[in-house]
Amino acid sequence: MAEGDGLSRFMAQRSTSGRARGGRRPSGALLGVAPFFVYTTVFLIIPTLVVVVGAFFTPQGRPTTAYVQTLTEPVFLEALKKSVLLSFYSAVIAGVVGGLLAYAISTAKPNGLLKRFVTSLSGVLAQFGGVALAFAFIASFGFTGLLTTWLGKAGLDLSGSLWLYEWDKGLLLVYLYFQIPLMVIVFLPAVEGIRSQWREATETLGGTTWTFWRKVGLPILAPSFAGALLLLFTNAFSAYATAAALITQASPLVPQQIASTFSSEVLLGQENVGKAMALAMVVVVAIAMAIYALIDRRASKWLQR
Amino acid sequence: MSGGRRAAFRRKQALMRWTIVTVCMIFFAMPMIGMFEFTLQGPGGKGHTLDTWRTLADVEKVSTDYPVLKEGFISSIQLAVLTVVLMLVLLVPTMTWVRLRLPKMSRLVEFICLLPLTVPAIVLVVGLTPVYSWVNYFLGARTLWLAFAYVVLVLPYAYRSIDAGLRAIDVRTLSEAARSLGASWPTVMWRIVLPNLRTSVLSASFLSVALVLGEFTIAALFARNNLQVAMFQLGQSDSKISVAVGFAALVFAFVVLFAMSFIGASPAGGRRFRKEKKS
Repeated sequence: MAEGDGLSRFMAQRSTSGRARGGRRPSGALLGVAPFFVYTTVFLIIPTLVVVVGAFFTPQGRPTTAYVQTLTEPVFLEALKKSVLLSFYSAVIAGVVGGLLAYAISTAKPNGLLKRFVTSLSGVLAQFGGVALAFAFIASFGFTGLLTTWLGKAGLDLSGSLWLYEWDKGLLLVYLYFQIPLMVIVFLPAVEGIRSQWREATETLGGTTWTFWRKVGLPILAPSFAGALLLLFTNAFSAYATAAALITQASPLVPQQIASTFSSEVLLGQENVGKAMALAMVVVVAIAMAIYALIDRRASKWLQR
Repeated sequence: MSGGRRAAFRRKQALMRWTIVTVCMIFFAMPMIGMFEFTLQGPGGKGHTLDTWRTLADVEKVSTDYPVLKEGFISSIQLAVLTVVLMLVLLVPTMTWVRLRLPKMSRLVEFICLLPLTVPAIVLVVGLTPVYSWVNYFLGARTLWLAFAYVVLVLPYAYRSIDAGLRAIDVRTLSEAARSLGASWPTVMWRIVLPNLRTSVLSASFLSVALVLGEFTIAALFARNNLQVAMFQLGQSDSKISVAVGFAALVFAFVVLFAMSFIGASPAGGRRFRKEKKS
């Protein structure tokens, strides 16, 4: 991820060869970025290392693999499976629906009301989810909720079942509620990069709309789409607030399992088990983001306007 | 191309657009309507009343009846302000400086700023526990210090928008011109760079505020109170008020974002330094 690409190397060369440095010592220049590095070290690098290193050491500082071995226990594996599947399903469904919505508003007037409305709404729902969204669903589908009543009239009786609190039904639906807006935000720049000239060129050569999408549009959008899906996966996998507000009695997902190691005083060394779980999460997200970075580099080729 | 075919194509596209948008909007509207309807329900789900909203509109009553909510609201506002200030003080000078004097470091700074995307908030909580025991030891255990962690959460988003702003202006030329006229580095930052980055600084700040007001994970697990935590706790005891607060927060956030979309329409930091065509 951190290898220098051509551009930054070019920039670096240009600045060193292009101009004399005015005789300043580089240490003075480094002093300017010191606060940033100190801050990020304390509040980002150290916490990350605490998780990565802490998973392999006892509280007394002896190396051990006991905590990492707890990750093979069925309870954790089950939670990991559910987390990964939920993230995957919600990413794919939201990817398709959000992708269509993004395309739909990209054909609207560039600064029209419709586009502003949808992007603002998406911003709120994607960023602001969590507790409020979970409550919206509990209120709508609760015993006296409006949607429960409506669906009851339509012959679908939900008042007795706990479907809302099951990870692959209710939780998935709530996740879609913030995943689709995120897809719109992430994917909109890509669909806006589709130029009308390409479509006109296809038509001039005798192609139909279908030919355009099959041979031009979709292949160009594919890398951006794949990248967006990975981002959605990561987003769902990392989300905690929504599930925590919706399901208070059990811990079906990995983030909730980690949170439960916080509050449980049952076993000493529980926090290190939490670190091991956190490490597992970081590994999953890091894999997804590494692939995303690779794809993103390919995708950005087409998006330079 | 004949005009007739173009027009037919436009009509088809408009039909497709409105179909998709309508279906999605119905999906988004349903729980919102359900949420709003829930706050209007009378006792036992019978009838409709405005009692919940009357209570919420009565600031005095909310403060005395729901002290947790008042406290959470105030700390969220304070956290938002401190997070934005810290974020700007850390990022704007550093990124400008790297662009001007240490271009070799730009990849490293970018990597660090985007790192929080790969570290879920819940993982950050696990790793921050020892760091915060020191923070509490030196500065005292206050909810306000959560802002240190929130700055890390907003880094990727803030970095992206400030980076976009810096790309749009020629920092090197601008700062060299200012320096040659005898400005000090702080003056360059304050009077040249910041005014030119106005739009991107605004959007970075706004994103940070939205993220802080919506933050639940870190505050909940460190047993601190903010708006979301207060809403969650209230939801256990007095769900109508809690749902009403949630609804009001969503509506408020939407109104602000919608208004912002009209302000931030101008290209980031352009125009101010472009040569006038009139000579």
